[in-house]
Amino acid sequence: MTAQVAGTRTFFDKVWDDHVALRLQHGADLLQIDRLVLHELSGSQAVRALADAGREPMSRGQVFTIIEHLISTRPGRGPNDSVSASGPSMIGTTRDASRRYGFHFIDYDDPRQGIAHVVAPELAIAFPGATLVCCDSHTSTVGGVGALAFGIGASEAEHVLATQTLMQSRPRTMRVDFDGTLPAGVYAKDMILSLIGAIGANAGIGYAVEYAGTAVRALSVEGRLTLCNMSIEFSAKYGFVPPDDTTLEFLVGRQFAPKGAAWDAAAAYWRTLPSDAGAVFDRKVALDCSALEPQVTWGISPQQVGAIGARVPEPQEAGDAESRLLAERALEYMRLAPGTPLLGLPVDAVYVGSCTNARLSDLRAAAAVLKGRKVKPGLQAICVPGSTPVKCAAEAEGIDRIFREAGFEWHESACGLCGNIGDNRFADLRVISTTNRNFEGRQGPKTRTHLASPATVAASAIEGCIADPRRYL
Amino acid sequence: MESLVRVTGIAAPMMRINIDTDQIIPALYLGGTDAKGYGKHLFAGWRFLPDGSPDPAFILNREPYTRARVLLAERNFGCGSSRERAPKALREFGIRAVIAPSFGGIFFNNCYRNGIAPVELPIDAVRAIVAEVEAAQGQAEVSVDLEAKTVVSPGGARYAFDAPETLRQMLLQGVDEIALTLGRMPEIDSYRARDRQRRPWAYSPD
Ligand code: SF4
Repeated sequence: MTAQVAGTRTFFDKVWDDHVALRLQHGADLLQIDRLVLHELSGSQAVRALADAGREPMSRGQVFTIIEHLISTRPGRGPNDSVSASGPSMIGTTRDASRRYGFHFIDYDDPRQGIAHVVAPELAIAFPGATLVCCDSHTSTVGGVGALAFGIGASEAEHVLATQTLMQSRPRTMRVDFDGTLPAGVYAKDMILSLIGAIGANAGIGYAVEYAGTAVRALSVEGRLTLCNMSIEFSAKYGFVPPDDTTLEFLVGRQFAPKGAAWDAAAAYWRTLPSDAGAVFDRKVALDCSALEPQVTWGISPQQVGAIGARVPEPQEAGDAESRLLAERALEYMRLAPGTPLLGLPVDAVYVGSCTNARLSDLRAAAAVLKGRKVKPGLQAICVPGSTPVKCAAEAEGIDRIFREAGFEWHESACGLCGNIGDNRFADLRVISTTNRNFEGRQGPKTRTHLASPATVAASAIEGCIADPRRYL
Repeated sequence: MESLVRVTGIAAPMMRINIDTDQIIPALYLGGTDAKGYGKHLFAGWRFLPDGSPDPAFILNREPYTRARVLLAERNFGCGSSRERAPKALREFGIRAVIAPSFGGIFFNNCYRNGIAPVELPIDAVRAIVAEVEAAQGQAEVSVDLEAKTVVSPGGARYAFDAPETLRQMLLQGVDEIALTLGRMPEIDSYRARDRQRRPWAYSPD
């Protein structure tokens, strides 16, 4: 694909073109990478490979490492606590390399610590028009502040470490318009789940996705981060909301944001980035949000989702033969019969956490439902704030008390039980979770995960079954 | 990087959509910073029974598929998590090519860097190859030729495929990608000098 003429370029075209350090043969580009973020699970592999090859990092000041994937969420955790057997060694490798190379390093006890995709916007490591990569498929989360951010493999990260560049093929562009006004009790999570339900879990292959429309403009940055987080759940590597006033107000003054005159220059440049009025996209999708309902997944792919008042569908209703097979497999794995109402389906555990939905606004939404109420006895209820700053801010507002008094465990920040890394607490249980993946075994052996918004999860905690948060508004 | 020009061998059909990298290698087995040690956990959740013994019903535990060099899959193979241990586990098991209508994007790139060719063929072509493989109880071999960009079915049907040229050349030659890039630093530096003027804040976070 070639660059488009001025006046008709998308946000994506502008950011990509400004980062092409070299046009390689055959349509691939070597991109300048502004920020490399590494965590101990995959970052440690990249750092080790670099050292084994006898190479040195090229631009240490542009590399950030955060201990957040394997570190325990247990209150009072120590520097190497992990439920993963190899966690301590991987944490150690990352910590040692970060100190040796002089990366910006955020250790387990740093007040800025948290899940990388939550921390990057909080500290303005991510900023509009930045290329930001991390060995993690949910890196597109920080597209919520207008960064061009994407997940990469450990070998690609090694290349970035050694050269601060990365070869990529230019994707196609898609614009998703969320129009209308979001009803009360319905959130960014419901928007993205309903999109994936509508277009399918593989609709985004090969696309960079711009989220636009009145409902997106009205979202806070935190909501935009949730939206962009799940781009990979319909297989789009890139998802973003081009910067506007909301973005700039969010970023100003944060630790790694430019200051003073540098801020003014940056802001002026950032304001040139949104897509031109005449910009052409390879695909457009539009969804009206005015009548959107809370969404909850019933299967093992995020596309297997419905409105909370819906029933588990008949496999025959799924489009093609493969989707039918997937639906049958999902019903078997989830131990659900077609026709079962989602509302009222008993759950064994509830989880509020992850880079999708554990920012302050998420905890507030859950707390608003939980306040003065109790978790259904017998249920496991866990809250893992998305970052240490989120945790501290929540504690300052008394949100931790609301959670604890309701019967939730209140943890330190990390990835925790979003993915199963050795803690089998959710083995064989049905869980409703604010996370992003309902894959088989994602949260534990035979764990059956239902994805939903924090408010829906909180309502379900109280009732002990999938419940509608709008009853608690 | 390990090179691959062509591979001919047993092909295992796993015709399911959206096989994600959590299935290819569950998070539990991602431990360690080593380049190897993941093959034994390939498809762990499907390949092994709760007591740890191989599940005889799972395709890669059945002869001749225990010797599979090629996987045949449905659309969106390798979606989900970016974990590079997914192609590493496939490679250690012996897989050198995966044929599917589409792939998860991060997985697709990771394959090239781990000696595996991810080959996109239309679903009808994949199904036709699967039918031939199954008719021969898996004994008939499938060829993937990355140089010629063709797949040859057991019965001799040829299917042309497209591949991103830069990645294809890298895999054919087994190049050291980092060395290649470092060799072009003067050009990259002159880009950076211009870009630094335009976006100084991108280079020097305080
Ligand atoms: S919170 Fe979950 S999805 Fe997000 S980075 Fe951690 S493990 Fe991945």
